[in-house]
Amino acid sequence: MIEFRSVSKRFPDGTLAVQDFSLVLPSHKTTVLVGSSGSGKTTLLRMINRMVDPTSGSVEIDGEDIASLPPVKLRRGIGYVMQNSGLLPHRTVLDNVATVPLLRGTPKRQARADALAMLDTVGLDRALADRYPSQLSGGQQQRVGVARGLAVNPNILLMDEPFGAVDPIVRAELQQELVRLQKELDKTVVFVTHDIEEAFLLGDQIVILREGGRIAQVGSPADLLARPADDFVASFVGADRGRRVLHVERHGDGNVVVDSDGRLAGVLNGEPVAGTSAGSSAGSTPGAEGDR
Amino acid sequence: MNLFASAIAWILDPANYVGLNAIPLRIGQHLVFSLVTLVFASAIAIPLGYLIGHTGRGRGLAVTTSGGLRAIPTLGLLTLVALWVGIGVVAPYVALTVLAIPPILAGAYTGFEAIDRRTIDAARAVGMSELQIVRKVELPLGLPLLIGGLRSATLQVIATATLAAYVADLGLGRYLFSGLKTRDYAEMLGGSILVILLALALEGIFALIQRFVVPRGVSGRPGTAPKLRTGSSAAAR
Repeated sequence: MIEFRSVSKRFPDGTLAVQDFSLVLPSHKTTVLVGSSGSGKTTLLRMINRMVDPTSGSVEIDGEDIASLPPVKLRRGIGYVMQNSGLLPHRTVLDNVATVPLLRGTPKRQARADALAMLDTVGLDRALADRYPSQLSGGQQQRVGVARGLAVNPNILLMDEPFGAVDPIVRAELQQELVRLQKELDKTVVFVTHDIEEAFLLGDQIVILREGGRIAQVGSPADLLARPADDFVASFVGADRGRRVLHVERHGDGNVVVDSDGRLAGVLNGEPVAGTSAGSSAGSTPGAEGDR
Repeated sequence: MNLFASAIAWILDPANYVGLNAIPLRIGQHLVFSLVTLVFASAIAIPLGYLIGHTGRGRGLAVTTSGGLRAIPTLGLLTLVALWVGIGVVAPYVALTVLAIPPILAGAYTGFEAIDRRTIDAARAVGMSELQIVRKVELPLGLPLLIGGLRSATLQVIATATLAAYVADLGLGRYLFSGLKTRDYAEMLGGSILVILLALALEGIFALIQRFVVPRGVSGRPGTAPKLRTGSSAAAR
């Protein structure tokens, strides 16, 4: 469990990136921080591995204040995946994946064997092990980035817009892979994105951020759609428009579901049951549609 | 016989290959002197440049200072130091080290600065210590530009090391100064040609080294594995 306790961060230039932020991120769940640029989401993520230290307040991992831990040791125990893969250009795929285990003192032979196995886990051909990052496609580089993040089998995986720089088709593929991986590995994932569709697809808990790291709303995707806290959230999650606002129409003997623009979204299977949350299914594979 | 031909004749004259003024000996002195100067300059400039490049601090100061150092006329500095410490090899070592520092310093810090910030940020985020970032990331990736700085310093030092003979009995510059004094222009020109050949030879060696030190995976030159043109789905299962 990761806990933020009234954390604030003011950068040396005076920008207040995060203001009095408190949140519990449950273990073995994916928490997605969503917000536009300037919402402090990346700053919050980077506080978890002490790449940024809060100006006030504290961050705790399993009840321990991380300010008391040496940053280098802390970081070696936390997976980190960034937008542009951040791979070392002068090292092969295999050496990149084995980087952190080697820093932690794993014998070379074993680190390399583990790294090869990790390529399988993230769905990369072992034939790519001896390539350099510049010889890979963007999607492959991101997979290597994920493999590196998972190489030390961390409990926590931090992902900073990891799929932001790849094209929509590859992005959808990588998102599905992450869903699969998370089912297998059951990590505590903290994921930063500005893409609400991605957040709905991946998040167990979604945190919608306003400017300056202020929380607009925290909840499951269904919570956010069914009970948006205010107009900001409603508009951010799209609960007020387009293909997220669905209604049922009779068509002959069956019911079809239609969005607010009158486009057919699907067919209603069975009768709507009052009192059951239908929010999480209403969004149906948003990432796969590649609507951007 | 024109001057150029007599210079060649001077270079080929067996009489110039014996004794304390032999050409191979002078070339050896010239090389050793230049090498030692470069080692001195590197010992000062490389750690300083790495510190500036790694921390990003003091760059402005370094630029101004090296600009100032570059503007110092080496002959003037040489004379000044010689007046202070006396005739001998110390003055040329000091003057030439000052000459060699700016290009090496610039090569060292620009080599670090040219590295993608995100690469370094990622190295730190996965748990490399600052020293490990320097050793495992910045040093290999910054090496080509450092070698470039050393290359330009070497060229300047080899050419300017002729001045060492102004205050010491040292190097190929000896032929220039003694030729000037005795109006033996063949000897002067011959000595100059030797300096030029030496500079060109070292330039060639450095060009080779510079190609060689570009880390694989960064160069993009032929010989490395072909780039994949397919999307990730091709290699993903």
